[in-house]
Amino acid sequence: MLIIIEQDKCIGCAVCIESCPYSAIVMTDEKASINEYCQLCRACLNVCPEGAIVERTETSDIQVSHDLSTYKGIWVFAEQRDGYVSAVSYELIGEGRRLAGELKTNLSAVLFGSSEKEAEELIRWGADQVYWCDDPIFEKFNDEPYSQQFVSLINEFKPAIILCGATAIGRSFMPRVAARVRTGLTADCTALQIDKETGNLIQIRPAFGGNIMASILCPNHRPQIATVRPRVMKRGDYKEDRKGEIIKIRAVNLNSNTEVLNSHKEPSYCKVNLQEAEVIVSGGRGLGNAKGFELIEELASLLNGSVGASRAAVDEGWIAYSHQVGQTGKTVCPKIYIACGISGAVQHLVGMSSSDIIIAINKNPEAPIFNVANYGIVGDLYEVIGLLIKRLKETKG
Amino acid sequence: MRFIVCIKQVPDTAEVRINPETNTLIRDGVPSIINPYDMHAIEAGLALREKVGGKVTVLTMGPPQAETALREALSMGVDEAVLLTDRAFAGSDTWATSYTLFKAVTKLGFDLIICGKQAIDGDTAQVGPEMAEFLKIPHIAYVKAIEHIDEKNIIVQRMMDEGYDVVKSTIPVLLTVVKELNIPRLPSLKGKMFAKKAEIKKMTREMISAEEENVGLKGSPTTVQNIFAPEIKKDRKLFTGTTDEQVNQLIETLRGLKCL
Repeated sequence: MLIIIEQDKCIGCAVCIESCPYSAIVMTDEKASINEYCQLCRACLNVCPEGAIVERTETSDIQVSHDLSTYKGIWVFAEQRDGYVSAVSYELIGEGRRLAGELKTNLSAVLFGSSEKEAEELIRWGADQVYWCDDPIFEKFNDEPYSQQFVSLINEFKPAIILCGATAIGRSFMPRVAARVRTGLTADCTALQIDKETGNLIQIRPAFGGNIMASILCPNHRPQIATVRPRVMKRGDYKEDRKGEIIKIRAVNLNSNTEVLNSHKEPSYCKVNLQEAEVIVSGGRGLGNAKGFELIEELASLLNGSVGASRAAVDEGWIAYSHQVGQTGKTVCPKIYIACGISGAVQHLVGMSSSDIIIAINKNPEAPIFNVANYGIVGDLYEVIGLLIKRLKETKG
Repeated sequence: MRFIVCIKQVPDTAEVRINPETNTLIRDGVPSIINPYDMHAIEAGLALREKVGGKVTVLTMGPPQAETALREALSMGVDEAVLLTDRAFAGSDTWATSYTLFKAVTKLGFDLIICGKQAIDGDTAQVGPEMAEFLKIPHIAYVKAIEHIDEKNIIVQRMMDEGYDVVKSTIPVLLTVVKELNIPRLPSLKGKMFAKKAEIKKMTREMISAEEENVGLKGSPTTVQNIFAPEIKKDRKLFTGTTDEQVNQLIETLRGLKCL
């Protein structure tokens, strides 16, 4: 997609210049044009009185770099920590199974380190086969050996699609892989689809600071690689008797310039783990100050829930990062999510919109949070929460 | 030691909203700022220079107006600023961007490259690690503390999902940093004077010997197919009446959900 200004329609009035957040619209010879800094945000689309600003779907003239049809199958990178496969990997196996069904292809998992027992688990959760390399170099996470081994597997077995958890590990080494094999990598996807005509993977993710969603394609390069945040996808069926193949891989000439000297686990600050909580009460910028979180905590404890926060509140320093819900924080799906003073930028929404019931309290009736809320109260935060706490205490006696 | 800090000028996205009817962004004078994580990268470069000596160069790829971001970095105490700007860089995705930066830093020379962990407009966190791969050097992502640095090695703490690792790397290396690392300094008066007069070095595609097929739209494996507003829930219910009445309705709802 491209946004252009039709030169014959442009009257040179320059009203569009101001509409561009990236200053990508410039005047040359009394006509406006869009330069290379356009980010396709569409802010300019409706401002032209002459209707000269239009969207164009371009047909790509990029040469296909290699024969795409030789790339087949879907892979999931199965991330392990301390030997155990992480939950997000099973979620991606579930999603990968669904995509493999649509494409009528195989689903494989790739496991570095860990154990044969964990490789078997991956099969029971839905993988047809597991490429397993148990070289001791993979015990601790180092970017270089992980990416070197992964690139060598891609070159040998040529998968069409790779899914990887958008975790500290996945987000760190997968870019190296994409750079090396010269292909696209789409970060933090919230939904994946198959284009019925081309079989391409449609990767949907928040864009422009999370205010809008974008669908991304990687049409001329393989593999198509996407990272997905934990708890976005659903696990598939676990079948005790599912059969699959474990293919043992030998590590090849791996080297690492980094070395993990030691690892520290940090206990969660929350009384209840946010990602396991059934009720979450979250506070945002609307609280106005750090003290506001005392009220949020009180409300949460009355409902036996945990405390969450928006990025705005964390950035203000009102509460620790471990409470942050959203694209750069945690993805949660409690039974009840109460958003207090959170306007609802998409990067927050992607972290909590799969909650069963969402209740929003905000003074601005136009706040985007109300678009995803099941129930809403428009009003002063402190007044509403104060009253709510009082009533809950009365109910509890 | 030669430090390069890569920064990006971004719109302050916190204030941008979408109009769900027209699918366009509502923009009321959204200012351009240095990507907030990159401020911590600049501070890290300056602090390391104070410790081991050397020179800090700040580098950005962007439109001519990104010069303001570079001057701000100069006012904080950076020695030199380089602007990578060329129409050929149009429509770069993360692959093409990191390739272009790789070509530029190769020209400039470096021991340590520092980037913010991600930019707030794209949130991909890919450009740093991809650059390191092109450069065939190690990288450490999400650095929250620097414990030690000497001529040959650096020891840092990197954030993981459930805590942190202490990681040692050889130099040269690329770091991406999080805001827990430091507090960015404010520009000094002397810095501001220097920034005003300093010459900003400009580099084009030809100057960094980047091939046309590897930069811009042509060099980008990914394309944006479509942009749309997030879905709106259809069964939502706004409570009505006084605050008192609304809170009562909410409590009834919570009771119905067996939350109480």
